Amino acid sequence: MELTRRDAAAALAAIGATGGVALGADRVRDSGDGASASDEGADPITDEQVRASLVAVARVVYPEEVSGVEAFVNGFLDGRLTGDPHARALRETVAEVDGIARSWYDAPIAALSAETRDRLLRELGADTAEEDPDGTTAERVRYYVVNELLLALYASPTGGELAGIENPQGYPGGAESYARGPR
Amino acid sequence: MTRSVGPSADRTPVESADVCVIGAGPAGGLIADRLAADHEVVVLEAGPRFDPADRIERQERAIRPAFDRPDVWDVGGDRDAHSNGGEWFYPLNHARVKGIGGSTLHWQGMVVRLHEDDFNSGSERGVGPDWPIEYADLRPHYAAAERELGVAGADDNPYAPPREQPHPMPAFSPSYSDSLFAEACEELGIDMHSVPNARNSEAYDDRSACVGYGTCQPVCPSGAKYDATVHVDRAERKGATVLDRAPVEYLDHDAERVTAAVYATPDGTQHRQTAEAFVVACGGVETPRLLLLSESSQYPEGLANSSGLVGSFFMDHLFAGMGGLLDEPTRQNHVGFLTSGCDQFYDEADEETGPFKLEFFNYDGPSPVTMALTGDDWGDALLERIRADYGNHIGMGALVEQLPREESRVALDPDRTDHRGNPVPEINWTVGDRALRTIERANEIQREILEELGVDIGWQVGPENTGPAYHHMGTTRMGEDPEESVVDAELRTHDLGNCWIASSSVFPTAGAMNPTLTIAALALRAADSVAAALH
Repeated sequence: MELTRRDAAAALAAIGATGGVALGADRVRDSGDGASASDEGADPITDEQVRASLVAVARVVYPEEVSGVEAFVNGFLDGRLTGDPHARALRETVAEVDGIARSWYDAPIAALSAETRDRLLRELGADTAEEDPDGTTAERVRYYVVNELLLALYASPTGGELAGIENPQGYPGGAESYARGPR
Repeated sequence: MTRSVGPSADRTPVESADVCVIGAGPAGGLIADRLAADHEVVVLEAGPRFDPADRIERQERAIRPAFDRPDVWDVGGDRDAHSNGGEWFYPLNHARVKGIGGSTLHWQGMVVRLHEDDFNSGSERGVGPDWPIEYADLRPHYAAAERELGVAGADDNPYAPPREQPHPMPAFSPSYSDSLFAEACEELGIDMHSVPNARNSEAYDDRSACVGYGTCQPVCPSGAKYDATVHVDRAERKGATVLDRAPVEYLDHDAERVTAAVYATPDGTQHRQTAEAFVVACGGVETPRLLLLSESSQYPEGLANSSGLVGSFFMDHLFAGMGGLLDEPTRQNHVGFLTSGCDQFYDEADEETGPFKLEFFNYDGPSPVTMALTGDDWGDALLERIRADYGNHIGMGALVEQLPREESRVALDPDRTDHRGNPVPEINWTVGDRALRTIERANEIQREILEELGVDIGWQVGPENTGPAYHHMGTTRMGEDPEESVVDAELRTHDLGNCWIASSSVFPTAGAMNPTLTIAALALRAADSVAAALH
């Protein structure tokens, strides 16, 4: 099943460009004890690197049967990388993941094999962590990397179709499908 | 008058105000709108004016597990501190929103009229007080409230009280799962019918039709669900002045009248808003709290409290529910609202069993998005789990009346203060056996329907694990006798001639219907009373 830029636009329409954390980001970030990537001196990361990293992660966290991942993720990031402070925290977290990949596996995450990418995310604890935009590294990776991508997919029409729902929560797919029977 | 928004906006008092409305929820908004054209109206709201452009981001908060329900509308912190002292825990900050629009910003949007017997619980059911008004007194105001809010409904409910004209919009179509329930209910002789929604089934009042975001409770990004910003904005366009982040700390008064609402602004300054008439419209918790905070040497037990009953009789509706899995698709979580219900058993209420209404869910079980964000898996394993677990859930709910109990009350906590140093509300919530028996009765019928449908029942909310429906009622009850009530039938306080209370806090009994339409109808009635007094 192919993801398209239309799906990316729909995902953005569903969850917005700036991210839910934006509304209280200053409060959230000020009150927590989680250090950001910049606090820890992580290397700066370009938007191209962010995009490449998230496309690489998406190929791990998305199911095999979806195609068009690169265009979808890039289309989604066109919006998500424009609105501060969500975009800033997103960049910082991806930079942190990328820094850990270089440290542990001598390469940025985008250059790792799919198997190693998967292992890295699990070694970081992002599989079992509960998302938290101001939490530990694992919780922030879950929030800004893994769940960012899963939210984009499963709030899009194609992601909904994969799951068996034409109008997934968050997507304004009209007030008709609920009344229809299964196809 | 629209003043600029932001911490440094002009929040000074309005000179020569005729009416000061405290609280910008549905009651305050409707009254301000009704009076603004002919009177100088000022509205004081404790919470902020939310930017409509933020609603998509608030929706993301509603979906993402990192955020709790109060986070969606920035509830919490010292401003909203409270305590629980009662037999039952009450999650107050899950149950309210402070800001322009009030709790309608996060409500479900169900708008049903109380039944005729609800107004005469004492005489018809043998328990609780009668209201000082009848259904017939409120009937035209119900119709007006339906027009104001914009209600989609159908005249297909044989158990509903009499109405004089169709709903403003056609009802939403029944859901696919409603059709599954319908077969079982028909076998059992149980009648289903549509439920009225304050949600546009077609464009109405310059707001779009529902586009199916599916997150109605707690946020509707499209504005198709009514919220009270509609009337607050309209009141401003008619000339009312609305001050946000202006919590009223107490009402200054003499023996017979309120003279000023004393409020704070974000910079810590305190101001006095004078007016000819005051309308307290702060909901079932903050309304009694404000009256109690306004104690004086004249009224040492609190304002409008010569009865001693301000804060007493705190009520909510209790939830009863049941659900499970069906061996066929149920098509849940496409939308976040209900389309069918059953009021067949409502008027069987008596001394032993209260009224209750049944609801047929359209959003039982987890949505795929929620499942994706909360598992320990991703990739193919996640999709496999979603496909296995989504699609067969089905469930029912019910709202149950609790009786007013004097010991169930909102008081002031002398040991805890809010961000302004004022004692916070202490919720002492107790429920009573009649409500618990009614939950059991609702569960019996739910089980009957689900078993007829062939559901493998997997969950039940019964008397042992029930909770509130977030409908705060009863704490400044309405009545004819000043010794037994706080406001009269026109919602004017017995003690102070220029002070009205517009809120579910005036409900003498709760019924089992979602309260907002009744709040709105009473507010419109109160607006007439205020206007008459000003003339």
